[in-house]
Amino acid sequence: MDLNPTPEEQRFRDEFRGWLQANIPEGWDPSGFHDEDSRQRFEFLRAWQKKMYEAGWVGIHWPKEYGGRGASLIEQTIFIEEMARAAAPPIINVLGVSLLGPTLIAYGTEAQKKRFLAKIISADEIWCQGYSEPNAGSDLAALRSEAVLDGDNFIVNGQKTWTSYGHFADWCFAVVRTDPDVPKHKGLTYLLIDMHSPGVTIRPLKQMTGDSEFNEVSFQNVKVPVENVVGKVNGGWEIAIATLMFERGTLGASLQITFKRQIERLIELSRKIVRNGRPASEDPIIRQRLAQICTEIEIFRLNQLRTTTRMAKSGVPGPEGSIQKIFWSEMNQRMQQVAMEMLGPWGQLTKESDYAIDHGQWAHAYLRSRGNTIEAGTSEIQRNIIGHFVLGLPKSY
Amino acid sequence: MEFELNETQRLFQRSARELFAQECPPTLVREMIEKNQPYSDAVWTKLVEQGWTGLIFGEEDGGLGLGMVEMAVAFEEMGRALVPGAFLSTVALAGPVIEKACSPEYRSARTQAICEGRSKATVALLEESASWKPDDVKLAANTSEGGVRLNGKKYFVNDASVSDLIITVARAGSNLVLAFVDPRSPGISIKAMPGMDATRSLSAVEFNDVIVKEDDVVSDGAKARDALDHALNVATLALSAEMVGGMEWLMEASVEYAKTRKQFGKPIGQFQAVQHHCANMLLMTESARSAVYYAAWMMGNNPEEAPLAVSMAKAYASDGYREVGNLAVQVHGGIGFTWDESVHFYYKRAKASELMFGDATYHRERIASLVIDRAGEPAKAVSEAAD
Repeated sequence: MDLNPTPEEQRFRDEFRGWLQANIPEGWDPSGFHDEDSRQRFEFLRAWQKKMYEAGWVGIHWPKEYGGRGASLIEQTIFIEEMARAAAPPIINVLGVSLLGPTLIAYGTEAQKKRFLAKIISADEIWCQGYSEPNAGSDLAALRSEAVLDGDNFIVNGQKTWTSYGHFADWCFAVVRTDPDVPKHKGLTYLLIDMHSPGVTIRPLKQMTGDSEFNEVSFQNVKVPVENVVGKVNGGWEIAIATLMFERGTLGASLQITFKRQIERLIELSRKIVRNGRPASEDPIIRQRLAQICTEIEIFRLNQLRTTTRMAKSGVPGPEGSIQKIFWSEMNQRMQQVAMEMLGPWGQLTKESDYAIDHGQWAHAYLRSRGNTIEAGTSEIQRNIIGHFVLGLPKSY
Repeated sequence: MEFELNETQRLFQRSARELFAQECPPTLVREMIEKNQPYSDAVWTKLVEQGWTGLIFGEEDGGLGLGMVEMAVAFEEMGRALVPGAFLSTVALAGPVIEKACSPEYRSARTQAICEGRSKATVALLEESASWKPDDVKLAANTSEGGVRLNGKKYFVNDASVSDLIITVARAGSNLVLAFVDPRSPGISIKAMPGMDATRSLSAVEFNDVIVKEDDVVSDGAKARDALDHALNVATLALSAEMVGGMEWLMEASVEYAKTRKQFGKPIGQFQAVQHHCANMLLMTESARSAVYYAAWMMGNNPEEAPLAVSMAKAYASDGYREVGNLAVQVHGGIGFTWDESVHFYYKRAKASELMFGDATYHRERIASLVIDRAGEPAKAVSEAAD
């Protein structure tokens, strides 16, 4: 065990820290609250990613030949820590950089790598994920969108839902059914679909926060050339799962950014907000709650470091990612409840109110966190995964 | 950066596991509990032979000179095997007081005796207020000819009945002092305080005009306070590590049981309600382990900042061990409620450990004072690898 950085790791940290200090755009609000769905925010973040890309700071874990730095998992962690420390704006093409990129590098053809990878990190092409369907959520393999071969093209028909970034996306990595006559996991294919193709319709899905982070995407006779199949026809399940593992393995790590910023802001607020005639920071119950959240955020970070160390050795993300998914999603819900409790009646005010604290971010975050235990695999599915694949309990389905 | 046990540490862990499987098997633990004997000379002798009593003491005093991470690994294995006895109080509590508070010669003599198995020691801190804060100590140490005279009562003293040294935290005016007391001294009476965890011994110790000579008193208040704070951090870390070992045992036993026990014609582990209990046990166990290993690392490498990490580990393990215990009994069903199944030994250890060296509420308040009360400083809730 050695938590000290090696000289190379320290150099890497110093270099990136220096770059961030010099380059984070003026006017970026470190409290991180923006309309999730605004076009203006999207363009701002796209420009930011481009700037990072030009300096070589996007997709750092990708091999050098594809525009990355071949960064180790430890360096990725440092990268994330430095992003957090500097309260830097996030990377907008996160699904492309974190999920599809590594998937293509592992399973894509040379032509696919050449065609797609560079534009992922440069944010020239934004990606969305086409997995969930109205009748295939937790039971993803039950999905029904179908792709039928017609000469050199697949003709895709069906509907996807919960598609993040769908309204900004140029491309979609999707799982579709290519053989309805075999067991459900065996007839699936992983396809890269141009979102600007005729027959693609995108409808924003309005969520309980009032935002539309997600979309419903429908495909009507959408032509997809066969060279856009990743892996083999009817071999898509394995690749879909590999992508999900990247999701649970690395998307979780970057969440520290938000959590750390939020708890520090809550602590600052606790010194100002009066509760029972004294600052909330002196209220024993609030102190207990804040300390508990600080502890959980710290443990989240530490679990991540342990997972990273293990992954760095084994080379693949494992089912342990499910522990982290459960941990952060449930922890965030508790943190947002602590915020509500501390802010009292002020906490419920939205950004429309002149009296809202922090422009209504706490009401928003409280509502948004409710989705955390559902998106990217429900807590129930994660616990099933732990039961089946980590603890070796007999499968229940 | 590497956050896992290295090869040497893993070897040490394996040999510890083998040692306890051999020398302190579940049958022996059960026998000791049923005979109400929380201490065994045979087990102690084995620990001494293996050099374990010198675990963290310097090699110049006959110790192994191992670090805090190795200490955590050792205690984790002891917690897993539910090793009864005076090890925690001697090595992780009294030991660090001696190392920090005493002159080199005095320290050497005392730690050598511990390393060689000639001495067992403990610290008497708690009083009627049952407060873990040294500031709340009231037991009087009045100056007497050639030393101090102690009067008062201590409670919840670990292993006092088998120790030959009771380091007694006392008050001389505004100063804390540490009196190194031989329990056979005139004026001392020790009374057992049987609790639900029969693997640990707790005692009430009464001091009636007990004279302690000058050489055996640390009267420099600041030094006494520093040594005590340090020792409480080390002991809290050791205890938290022990708790992780217990959590792991409960989780493994429950998973094993869920795979074999059948109802409705299938293993109960096939039902999601049971699987989810097991998944929660794993989540809490591994999370507590992350917190403990980090606290151990910090104690060894950044002692200034370590108290925050130690409190986080103890706060989380206190709630976690108790909750894992609840789930383990639940997964075992009726069997888990019987005396014959061992789950309840761990369940009781969980409660006793939660209460020792401050429960989760106590440590959360300490965390709050460290992260909220840094007046004028920006909030810094979470530490970072390279500050």
